[in-house]
Amino acid sequence: MNEKLTMAKALNRGLRRALQADPKVLLAGEDIGKLGGVFRITEGLQAEFGENRVVDSPLAESGIIGTAVGLCMRGYRPVVEIQFDGFVFPGFAQIVSQVAKMHMRTGGRQKMPMVIRIPFGGGIGAVEHHSESPEAYFAHTPGLKVVSCANPNDAYWMIQQAIGSDDPVVFLEPKRRYQQKGEVNFTDRPAPMHQASIVRHGKDATLLAYGPMVKTCLDAAAVAAEEGTDLEVVDLRTISPVDWVTVMSSVRRTRRAIVVHEAPLTLGLGAEIAAKLTEELFYVMESPVLRVAGFDMPYPPARVESEYLPSIDRILDTVDTSLAY
Amino acid sequence: MRGQSVEMVQLLTPDGERVANDDFEFTGSADDLAGYLRDMILARRFDAEATALQRHGELGLWTPLIGQEAAQVGSAHALRAADVCFPSYREHAVAMVLGVPLSNLLGLFRGTDGGHWELLEKFKNYQIVIGCQALHATGYAMGIQLDGAVGNDDSGQNAAAIVYHGDGAASQGDVNEAYVFAASYNAPVVFFCQNNQWAISEPIALQSRIPLFQRAQGFGFPGIQVDGNDVLAVKAVTDWAMERARHGDGPTFIEAYTYRMGAHTTSDDPTKYRESSDEEAWRGRDPILRLTTYLRNLGAVDDAWLAAVEDEAKSLGADVRATIAELKDVTMDELFETVYAEPTVALESQRREYAAYLAGEDA
Repeated sequence: MNEKLTMAKALNRGLRRALQADPKVLLAGEDIGKLGGVFRITEGLQAEFGENRVVDSPLAESGIIGTAVGLCMRGYRPVVEIQFDGFVFPGFAQIVSQVAKMHMRTGGRQKMPMVIRIPFGGGIGAVEHHSESPEAYFAHTPGLKVVSCANPNDAYWMIQQAIGSDDPVVFLEPKRRYQQKGEVNFTDRPAPMHQASIVRHGKDATLLAYGPMVKTCLDAAAVAAEEGTDLEVVDLRTISPVDWVTVMSSVRRTRRAIVVHEAPLTLGLGAEIAAKLTEELFYVMESPVLRVAGFDMPYPPARVESEYLPSIDRILDTVDTSLAY
Repeated sequence: MRGQSVEMVQLLTPDGERVANDDFEFTGSADDLAGYLRDMILARRFDAEATALQRHGELGLWTPLIGQEAAQVGSAHALRAADVCFPSYREHAVAMVLGVPLSNLLGLFRGTDGGHWELLEKFKNYQIVIGCQALHATGYAMGIQLDGAVGNDDSGQNAAAIVYHGDGAASQGDVNEAYVFAASYNAPVVFFCQNNQWAISEPIALQSRIPLFQRAQGFGFPGIQVDGNDVLAVKAVTDWAMERARHGDGPTFIEAYTYRMGAHTTSDDPTKYRESSDEEAWRGRDPILRLTTYLRNLGAVDDAWLAAVEDEAKSLGADVRATIAELKDVTMDELFETVYAEPTVALESQRREYAAYLAGEDA
């Protein structure tokens, strides 16, 4: 059974299904109850499941995540919402020092089946602290898993997979794609959460992206096709761990790779991917791994964010550089 | 009225005199008290042994509890089977009373493992980051409430969480957020603050301009100050607070007014930041001495009893020293295995590479 949904609605449906499937699942966060969240992702869920399953939280991110740690210890599977990417930092210590480490420090006795939902990334003309890409902080922290959906079908399924995982998952939602519509297949078994997906096949170079940049890369590939360049696009889907098998199988074929992300360039995910591909495919590749990323500056004011964000032109320019080797 | 006290609750004076309090009464027997005295003596011995082991290089660090035995033993005895405890890093006597193997505590400070503890369902791992556990306890208590395990007619079905933190932690954001969440959801949690007067070298005066227990009122739940060196008072007050929580009446803040007789950890030197006269004054309030005096006068313990406990303490000391040799270092394989509940291909690959590297070295 298929249905065309926005990513926002798909997430809502995925959360509803998770709440129906397991009484230990509960949602918590600021404004997620009566309001349904500032992006309405949890709309209607409190009315359906009650205030004990969809919990409006005080305005305190560390409190939301820290109490979710305790709920995990009591056998619950909390799904917490951080309202915006730039607001995760008051809860950062709980995530990286507590959530991430609890399983190992207890010798595997204490699981942390928590999902931390973060609407992330720019492109919506927001004020400061509302457009950031903090994924590298989390991907650098052992014990966490980090994923990002790029289309409604993944949104629907990956949120349920994240909730079903016994490990803590930082779930990054590309907020500029919330209203993008796509087919959701409710019946077919989805790919595992930690598997990347080749979303466009091509032979000249591989664009590697996740979350909001997947669509930008697909748009860039469409333009490139008109010019006779055949680009492959890989949606990583999982940021930690990266699915190296899919990434390398693609780059082994195209022999050129360009990583695209909104986060600042230096020590971003692109750096890790470039290092790994160099280690593994040095003699296969025709050109160095190149990166198109945000700049090493705080996220800029909204009126100039289009200058900051990787654009189709910047991506194609970098593709040209790669092909010129 | 209970929970709005302006005076510290005390049932046993530093001289070992039993005194009455309008709101609180110790209802246990003299035998119970003798048991508490034994617990305190053994805890102090354990602590002294561990401190010595650190000096011998056997532990990387130790956090001495000396002076705080009554606060810990008294409160630990207020816990029932279903209650769950969230300690910081100095609750050795609580751990002892609850039956956590002492080797678990020693292993953490020796660095043989990261806290692979028994009885985790009852007594959570020590928390090194100041105050984080206050939120964990509050969340756990929210879970207790969601489970319907408060306010039942059959009191055996009810449970509560207790979290231990210090006076320094009361300055932390997490602890204050925990107070907010606990109040918002009326969570069955007791905040047991051992105000031992010092956050490493920072005195309580730097942390708070008002007595800590008075802060609770601002969060909307009762706060009470108890003589933390009086095991009878601590037990009575904690009993009351835990029962409130189990009954569904929400959180309570207990300030156990006590003193850290030793260093914050074996790494600092209290002579650099505090007057020895303070220590002398607090020595006169010693929790073990006052209970011993009281029970001797009562005839509940005598020299022979004390000598027997002293023998037990010696034997405990020998056991502690012997335990060190038996602690096994966690293996890299065990660590690789426990980073995630669901292993990742990427980490498994690192594990194999490391194994291959080791095999190559041996060859």
